[in-house]
Amino acid sequence: MGRNQEREHRTKQGLAGHRLLPVLLAGLFIVSLAIDRFELLDPYVQLIVMYIGINIILTVSLNLVNGYMGEFSVGHAGFMAVGAYTASFLTVKVLPVHLAAWFFPLAVIAGGLAAAAIGLLVAVPSFKTRGDYLAIVTLAFGMIVKSAVENIDALGGPRGFLGMEKLTSLPWVFFWVVFSLWVIRNLIYSNFGRGVLSIREDEAASALMSVNTKQVKVLAFAVSSFFAGIAGGLFAHLLQFINPRTFDIIKSTDILIMVYLGGIGSLAGSILGATVYTVILEVLRPLGVWRMVFMPLLLVILMLYRPKGITGLREFPWFIPFRDRLAGTLSREEGREP
Amino acid sequence: MTYLLQQFLNALQVGSIYALIALGYTLVYGILTMINFAHGDLFMIGAFCCFLSVAFLGLPFLPTLLLSMCGVALLGVLIERFAYRPLRQAPRVSAIITALGVGLFLENFTLALSPYPQQIPPLLDNRMWTLFGVSLSSLQIFIIVLSLLLMFLLDLLVRRTMVGMAMRAISWDKTVAPLMGVPVNAVISLTFAVGTGLGGAAGVLYGLAYPVIDPYMGVMVGWKAFISAVVGGIGNIRGAMIGGYILGAVEIMVVAFFPSTYRDFVAFVLLLVLLIFRPQGILGKPQQQKV
Repeated sequence: MGRNQEREHRTKQGLAGHRLLPVLLAGLFIVSLAIDRFELLDPYVQLIVMYIGINIILTVSLNLVNGYMGEFSVGHAGFMAVGAYTASFLTVKVLPVHLAAWFFPLAVIAGGLAAAAIGLLVAVPSFKTRGDYLAIVTLAFGMIVKSAVENIDALGGPRGFLGMEKLTSLPWVFFWVVFSLWVIRNLIYSNFGRGVLSIREDEAASALMSVNTKQVKVLAFAVSSFFAGIAGGLFAHLLQFINPRTFDIIKSTDILIMVYLGGIGSLAGSILGATVYTVILEVLRPLGVWRMVFMPLLLVILMLYRPKGITGLREFPWFIPFRDRLAGTLSREEGREP
Repeated sequence: MTYLLQQFLNALQVGSIYALIALGYTLVYGILTMINFAHGDLFMIGAFCCFLSVAFLGLPFLPTLLLSMCGVALLGVLIERFAYRPLRQAPRVSAIITALGVGLFLENFTLALSPYPQQIPPLLDNRMWTLFGVSLSSLQIFIIVLSLLLMFLLDLLVRRTMVGMAMRAISWDKTVAPLMGVPVNAVISLTFAVGTGLGGAAGVLYGLAYPVIDPYMGVMVGWKAFISAVVGGIGNIRGAMIGGYILGAVEIMVVAFFPSTYRDFVAFVLLLVLLIFRPQGILGKPQQQKV
């Protein structure tokens, strides 16, 4: 087969796949609606699935900064806290109770926006510092959020905040997971995304190649914290109770572990990492307190034998836009590196 | 004025403990450019060693201190040998995640064995004096003096001995040092032993000052010590000491003049401001990026 014919053939195949994806997603959305409406799944399983979804959003958003941009941010739970408290405050204190369910998506988005605004603030120190020093900045930020919330009485202070209705449902979680994956995938494979990757490889060199590193960093931090805020809003309306200790360093560590367990710089890795981590923790639940002894041990063993995580920079083909995939396969057949 | 002096003394006590732990971070970072996030939990193990030695073996202070330091140092060496050494050539983040995993393991293992907070029985009798209106407790002075002594010994070790020279050589250039006959693995093991041993000593001293200990006590103290190390300039030994005392002073002064719930908030905001103006820390050299 000639090269042009080959390309045409591949294009047809790929386009068919691409037309299939929205249909598949719509189908899954209807399934999730049906599960929610007719209680087709055990409520416990449903809860776990929702936790997995929220963890996927958190993991994929942290992966944008830590995996794709190569920074080491360790305060992700802080952004989650901002989103959770903003959304909960809106649905409980600001919006009338009977309308809360209708305005829930707006409250979640407001939480995401508040987190993104804070993310912009954290991006500023990242212009000058990198590596361990930026880790300190984000770490300190996470602690600042926690102790700020502890000192605000309107948010319940250290006692926590409750009164949210259970507004997070399977269809909403599904929607936000797909939306966050879609946005972050499109960002990564856009011009902006190339900038993000070039910062990971070499910041000085990418600045020389006229990448506006400040702009890229600000946007990456803002998008990452936006989705962390969204996850926080969903989490708060699932658990119906939040307190500052929910969002401490241990939560940030959990998210970090999911990112590196799955594999940095990979959407498939984020999904796998979040799912495997959440499921294993649930499966090991009968072990009681020993569960949290085995889990870190598994993590250490995984890191020793697969230091790049489960997927390790590779990507599930569906997450790669069609033109990049085509370019990759064709150049590989010609014996060139993509 | 007396109030300030009193707080100054408290700051010295807290700062000494932070400085001892920060030294562990900075030693390991200096030699491996790796952050040992399990270090805060090794500090916790030190406090638990102290508890075991006092409550079950009934040992007096000095053997307790030595036992805890040796126990924690042994644990540190084992962790380095089995968890970190295989990852020395791997990407930096996998080492960091492994360290986080080891830390979680230590916390939860201790939690599984001792689900409730434990109280260390009093080891030294505490006397109080009043000098110019400032009350001095013998315990406080003992903690400060002992930590200063340990730091002085460490400084001697690094600056004046062959082993210290080998450590500095490795941190200067990891590839050339073995060519000059420096046994890299042995020196790295020793560095881990010294660094974690100091963490263990800090655990014992912390246990003397605040006798109620629990498996999660190392998390917050560990991160704060890490912050001290970074403020001083990570990898720099004298910087870690200075950073520890600065963080201790900031925390105590915040508590002295504001409600105590603002302690972490103000402390971290001040640290952020410091890092914005001096990103490489107080004694650190600015990193240069090359293409």
